[in-house]
Amino acid sequence: MNASRKGSSKLETVPVTLTVNGETKRLEVLPWTILLDLLRDHLKLSGTKKGCDHGQCGACTVLVDGRRLNSCMAFAVMKDGAQITTVEGLARNGDLHPLQQAFIDHDAFQCGYCTPGQICSGVGLIEEGRAHTRDEIREYMSGNICRCGAYTNIVDAIEQVIGADAEAGR
Amino acid sequence: MLQEKGYIGTPRNRVDGRAKVTGEAKYAAEFDAPDLAYGIVVSSAIAKGRIASIDADAALAVPGVLQVFTHENRPRTAWFDINFRDETAPPGSPFRPLYDDKVVYSGQPVALVVAESFEIAAYAASLVRIAYEPETHMTDLDIQRDEAYVPPRKRTGVKRPPSPRGDPDGAFEQAPVKVHGEYRVAIEHHNPMETHASTVVYEEDGTLTIHDKTQGSQNSQSYVSSVFGLSSDQVRVISPFVGGAFGSGLRPQYQLFLAVMAALELKRSVRVVLTRDQMFTFGYRPLTIQTISLGANPDGKLVSIMHDAIQTTSPWEDYQEVVVNWSNLLYHCDNVKLTYRLSQVDTYTPIDMRAPGAALGVTAIETAMDELAYAAGIDPVELRLRNYAEMDEADKKYFTSKELRACYQLGAERFGWARRNPEPRSMREGRELIGWGMASGVWEAIMQRVAARAALTPDDRLEVASATADIGTGTYTILTQIAAETLGLPMESVTTKIGDSSLPKSPVEGGSWTAASAGSAVQKACLSVREQLFKYARRMDDSPLANASIEQVTFAGGRIHMTNDPSAGVTLQQAMQAGGVDRVEAEEKSSMGLLKNMRYSGYSHSAIFAEVRVDEELGVVRVTRIVNAVAAGTILNPKTARSQILGGVVFGIGMALEEESMLDHNLGRFMNHNLAEYHVPVNADVYDIDVIFVSEHEERLNPLGVKGLGEIGVIGTAAAIGNAIYHATGKRIRDYPITIDKLLG
Repeated sequence: MNASRKGSSKLETVPVTLTVNGETKRLEVLPWTILLDLLRDHLKLSGTKKGCDHGQCGACTVLVDGRRLNSCMAFAVMKDGAQITTVEGLARNGDLHPLQQAFIDHDAFQCGYCTPGQICSGVGLIEEGRAHTRDEIREYMSGNICRCGAYTNIVDAIEQVIGADAEAGR
Repeated sequence: MLQEKGYIGTPRNRVDGRAKVTGEAKYAAEFDAPDLAYGIVVSSAIAKGRIASIDADAALAVPGVLQVFTHENRPRTAWFDINFRDETAPPGSPFRPLYDDKVVYSGQPVALVVAESFEIAAYAASLVRIAYEPETHMTDLDIQRDEAYVPPRKRTGVKRPPSPRGDPDGAFEQAPVKVHGEYRVAIEHHNPMETHASTVVYEEDGTLTIHDKTQGSQNSQSYVSSVFGLSSDQVRVISPFVGGAFGSGLRPQYQLFLAVMAALELKRSVRVVLTRDQMFTFGYRPLTIQTISLGANPDGKLVSIMHDAIQTTSPWEDYQEVVVNWSNLLYHCDNVKLTYRLSQVDTYTPIDMRAPGAALGVTAIETAMDELAYAAGIDPVELRLRNYAEMDEADKKYFTSKELRACYQLGAERFGWARRNPEPRSMREGRELIGWGMASGVWEAIMQRVAARAALTPDDRLEVASATADIGTGTYTILTQIAAETLGLPMESVTTKIGDSSLPKSPVEGGSWTAASAGSAVQKACLSVREQLFKYARRMDDSPLANASIEQVTFAGGRIHMTNDPSAGVTLQQAMQAGGVDRVEAEEKSSMGLLKNMRYSGYSHSAIFAEVRVDEELGVVRVTRIVNAVAAGTILNPKTARSQILGGVVFGIGMALEEESMLDHNLGRFMNHNLAEYHVPVNADVYDIDVIFVSEHEERLNPLGVKGLGEIGVIGTAAAIGNAIYHATGKRIRDYPITIDKLLG
C-alpha cells in the first residue's frame, strides 16, 4: 500500500443552497453528504450534535422550515432551498431565547451534549402549540435522549416557557 | 447587591450554562484544524481468530483517500505492556489497536481509513475487504462460570472482599428464617450522548494538541506519550467539555491511539469519531451472577450473610470492582462470607460504569433484603433499622459520619411509606397494579491527591486551575463557588480552568471523588493566596489591619476588613500594591485527610422509595414516583447536586427496566448495538423524582465536608423498583432488567 496516495480524478459534487440562521449558504457537496455533517463539518456549526447518526437520539435536532427534524436523517440535497435554524441561531443580539434561559435556570442539562437538540426540539414543540400538560411535554420530547437524566428539569423549563407564552396571550 | 459570602451550599446556575445552551461549548470532535483529515474505523466481523488478508485497493483508489492503516503497515509503537497501561488499567496486558493479525473480540478495530473528508472516508471504509480465519470463541458466562477464579493480582484502588468471619455456613443452616437466591444484572454499555472522539492537531513544530473525549486529560496525555515515544512537552490534551462518559472516558479508548498514529504518520491533523455502533466495541459494565444466602432470627436480625459474585473479564486483563463488600457495610452480622471471582469471555475488558460494583452488589443484596422482609413478616424499613451497621465491621472502623437512619426516616415520610399495606397486589387503579418498594444505597467517599493553582491579578480577576474534568458533573461551577467564597469575590470574577493536561496534576475524574478532592485543592490554593494578601495588607503604611490576625478579618467585596468593623479594611488591590506584586499565585495539593491514617471509613448513604404501576395484561411498568434521600456530607450546590441524583436515579431506572446489551453467543457479538435496540430511559419513562439531601455533619474526610454524589443516585434505585414490582404483582424477578417478557412469563 502506498502512503499518501491520492486518486486521480475528483469525485463529483452537487450544489446545495441553504439559508442557515438567516444567512444564505451555497455549497458544493458530495451527493451523500448528510445535513448534520454539512452543518458541523462544512459550515463549522458544531452546536448541532451527532449522537447516533441513526435518528434514534435527537441530538441533531434542528428546525427546518420551522419544523423539528433529525438532521442526521436527511441528505443535504433533500433540503435544498430550506430555511434552517440551529441552536446558534436562537439567541437574538446576544439575548438568549427564553427556552435557553429556562434551561439554565432549571438546570435542564448536565454534560450539555444533547442540549442543543433538546432546545431546538422544545422550541419546535412550543411552536406546534400541542403540548399543554407535563405528560404531553414528556411524550412529545421523547425523541430526544438525555443520558445524564435531566428529563424532569427539561420538562420544567419547557412548561415554564409555555406558561409564560400563554400568560402573554401568545 | 452582590453577596460574595455564602456561595458554598447555595443553589447556583452552572457557570458553563450559557456555553452549553448556545452551542458554543466545544467537544472533542468539534475543534477545527487546517487540512483536517478524517479517519473511519473498520471493525472486525468475527470475535476470535486471525486476519487472513486485507484488500484495501478499492478504498485506496477513491479520490481523496490518504491512507488505509492496518496491522500490516502501522508504524512502530512501544514494545512493553507498561507503556500501554493507563492510570486506571486493571492488572494484565492492555489491548493494542492494529497490533497484529489476531482478532480477540468482535468489533475490534482492524483498519483505519483516512481521507480528505468524512464523506470520502466513510465511503472508502465500506470498500475495505477483510478475510478472516475464525477460531472458536466463548462469550457465555453461564458456561464459563465453572472456570471462575480469584484474580491473582489486585486492581489498584479496588478492595478485595474481607476474609470470612464467624461461621456463616453453620449459622445459615440453623437460621429459622432464610433467603437464598441467584441475582443477575445484565451487561450495560455507558452510551454517553457524545460518542468517543479525538481530534489530533498536528502543529507546525510537530507537536500534538489533542482534543480527546476523556475523564482525565493527563491520563490520555501520558498514554500517548508513552505509547508513541514522545516527550511530555510534545503532547497536550485538552478536553474542556465532555459529552457524558459515566466511566467510558476513564481509559484512553482506541480512537485516540488511531488518530494519533495517523496524525504522526501523515504529518497532518486527523479526527477519528466512533459511530454509535462502535460505542459497543470497548468497555462495558460486566455481566454479574450473584448468589446470596441470608439467615435471620424471627425478629429479622441477620445471623448469616453470604454473598458471592462472578463477573466477566477479558482474556487479557483482570478487570475488578467492589461488588460484594457492600452487604456487610450496610448490615451488622457476625457470620459473613463475601467472595468475588472472575471468568474470562472473548469480549473487550469491562470498564467502570457509574457506581461500578455497588450498582450491581447493592441491587442484589437489597432485593434479597426485601425477600427477607417478607419471609420474616417485617416492614422493609424496620428490617433495615434492626440490622443497621454502626461500624465498618470488615475493617473494624467507625464511619466518619453516617446519617442513613435519617435517610430512611425522611424518605419514608416524604413518600408516605407508613400508609403501605405490605400485602402484594393490594393496590390497584384501573388495569394497573400499584406497588411500593424501597432500598438502601452506599458508596465510598474517596479522596484523591489533586493539585490546583489560584492566581489573583490586579483587576480582581481570580483564576483557578486544575487538570480535573467536568463531564456534566458541575465541576466548573462548584470550583468557582469555592474560589469566590474563599477570597470574597463575586463568582463572575472567577475563571475556572480544567480539562487540560498542562494544568496542575489531577487523576481522572471519577469515583465521586472530584468535588471533595479538586474542591479541597482549590480551597487550599485560595487560602494560600488569602494569607499572602493578608500579609501584604498588614504591612501597608497605617494599615487598619496591622495588629489583626487572619482569624479576625473577613474577605468580602474585593476587600479585607476587620470582621467586627467592616469600615476598617483595605482592598485586595491596595494589598497587592503594598506587596509590590501584580499577581498573587499559589499551588496546593489536597491532603488525604484523616482517612490517610486509616482510623475511619468514609461512605455516603441513601434510601430510595419507588412507586410503580404495572399494567397487568401488558406487563408494562411505569415508575411513577421516586423519593431518594441522600446523606453525603456537605452539599456544595443543591441545584447541580440535585441534578446529579436525578441523573443517577434515571440510570437506575434504566438498570431496573430497560438496559441490556445482548450477546449473540454464536457470533460472540453484541446484537443490539444502537439506541433503538439498547433502550435507555427517555422523557416519557421518567415521572416525579424527589431528591432529599439529609443534613450530615462531616469533618473528617476533608475541610469542605464533601463526600461526592456522582454514583450514589444510581445505587439501590434498581432494587427499590424491583421490590416495588414485587409489591405490585407478587412476582419476584431476580434478573434485571425486569422486562415485559419476564413479568408475563
